[in-house]
Amino acid sequence: MAIDPHTNSIETTVNKSTVTFDSPLNLACGVVLAKYELAFETYGTLNHDRSNSILICHALSGDQHAAGLGKNGKAGWWDHYIGPGKPIDTNHFFVVCPNNIGSCFGSTGPKSTNLDTGKPWGANFPSLEVSDWVESQKQLMDYLKIDCWSAVIGGSLGGMQAMHWAVAHPQKLKHAIVIAAALKLSAQNIAFNEIARRAIQSDINFKQGNFLEHQTSPTKGLALARMIGHLTYLSDDALGQKFGRLVRSGDLDSAEKELVQFEVSSYLNYQGDKFATRFDANSYILITKMLDYFDLAQHYEDNPVEAFKQAQCKFLVVAFSSDWRFSPPCSEEITDAIVSADKDVAYLRIESDQGHDAFLLPNEHYEKGLGQYLQRVAEAISGASR
Amino acid sequence: MIDANRIIGHWIKPQSRILDLGCGDGTLLRELTNLHGIHGYGLEIDPESINQCIANGVNVIQQDLNAGLANFADNSFDTVLMTQTLQTLRYPHLVLDEMLRIGRQCIVTFPNFGHWRTRGFLAFKGRMPVTKQLSYQWYDTPNIHFFTYKDFETLCAEREISIVDRTFIGGRASDLSLDKIWPNLFAHTAVYHLAR
Repeated sequence: MAIDPHTNSIETTVNKSTVTFDSPLNLACGVVLAKYELAFETYGTLNHDRSNSILICHALSGDQHAAGLGKNGKAGWWDHYIGPGKPIDTNHFFVVCPNNIGSCFGSTGPKSTNLDTGKPWGANFPSLEVSDWVESQKQLMDYLKIDCWSAVIGGSLGGMQAMHWAVAHPQKLKHAIVIAAALKLSAQNIAFNEIARRAIQSDINFKQGNFLEHQTSPTKGLALARMIGHLTYLSDDALGQKFGRLVRSGDLDSAEKELVQFEVSSYLNYQGDKFATRFDANSYILITKMLDYFDLAQHYEDNPVEAFKQAQCKFLVVAFSSDWRFSPPCSEEITDAIVSADKDVAYLRIESDQGHDAFLLPNEHYEKGLGQYLQRVAEAISGASR
Repeated sequence: MIDANRIIGHWIKPQSRILDLGCGDGTLLRELTNLHGIHGYGLEIDPESINQCIANGVNVIQQDLNAGLANFADNSFDTVLMTQTLQTLRYPHLVLDEMLRIGRQCIVTFPNFGHWRTRGFLAFKGRMPVTKQLSYQWYDTPNIHFFTYKDFETLCAEREISIVDRTFIGGRASDLSLDKIWPNLFAHTAVYHLAR
């Protein structure tokens, strides 16, 4: 493939923007957001016929900072996969990653001020569905004057957005890459989300979701919610290899066992506390509910084949062997429905001991498969615009 | 020499829906797509082959044939193909049944263990054959069943599988059409067109 050496860079250049939409957004719950903001980042350069764009859809706790170095030199959450020479190669693609509404990193959400009341939305922020995120991303697409994404890519809840794009806006994407996702959540998955929500709501500082008005924050409950979630994103093997029964302090051979702190306990507590300082408790409740509500086939007589028949794009579906939140059978169900709908699909079941989090982590087979797939996409674009 | 892929090309319908079990790097599906406009999917388990399929733009699904094909509906494909894979499966007869359930017709190719070279290995060298078609040592081979085309036809008769057509491919001997006259001795590869 011909690569213009002048545009070839080594480091990912991060462009940050925020756009305010005055065009109303009709939410699935019936509420109309008259005005809202989307914070987003872009990497790479849009080509002259605006055909090389990729939309990255973040998951539950993600943000717009997917790649490159942000403030304090913090690498983006998918930096291993997005950048020059990486599987999502910014030498070829213009990559767009918005923070979605209802989240808490600069886009309109529970922390934002409700213009009708002058107070933060808090727990009164309207209930959201995956389709709402997709519609707001569609407005961002129009704002960027992009007619068709070359690919929409997402893991976990991000994969659900990619599927919804394929079904709801078939003309607006050429490829959907659905990683570690599911057509809908299982009872066990919903149960884990319910435990997380209950943990937050049980915190005395939650104040029915109006904690911002009380100038407090349910950090203990949110940390606990995250500890539960985080644990389910890892596998038993990965935890065993990383921590085993190592102790951080105290001595298992001594009589004073109450002084013992296991490394795994310290790690989980740290992860929980760190998360509680960066995430909004209402956003966590709102977005876990979005996950629970998602059901791709809901408006297609509960038949995913009928849903996928709407699609015009090609699919890449990826699962990870040790992922037990969105296990390979969930991705196989997606793949089977796409095959039955007679649409193009490739399915990779990646060997990994990293659990659900594997979709964010280095893995040779995964990197090669995703990179190979997108290289063909890039070749088709450069062939068409030549 | 006759090419198995060309024979397969004659037996499939243009623009039809095809499932290739053990599709390797996807070369056959790509050829059939380019020449006959088929819409194909391939099943494969080897990660390197899967990546090559993706590079070839082939619809590849990572799936272990030995774990069953229950995810495919009855008659959901026009043709189900399997080239040089039958001898590697745990239960070849059950997979044949599944192929005929999923596809309206099936095409199977396999190495003929009755070929004179393999017979020669066993008869004269007293060792298990290592030939171009069966190129592995006995202790490290994916080929776990050895059978001749006659064995295969016996199995088809037992399971009421009808043989629509068959062709044999030989090596140099095919110049003399010996693989046609005496296939069990001179054909290294058998190509079968099956239905039920």
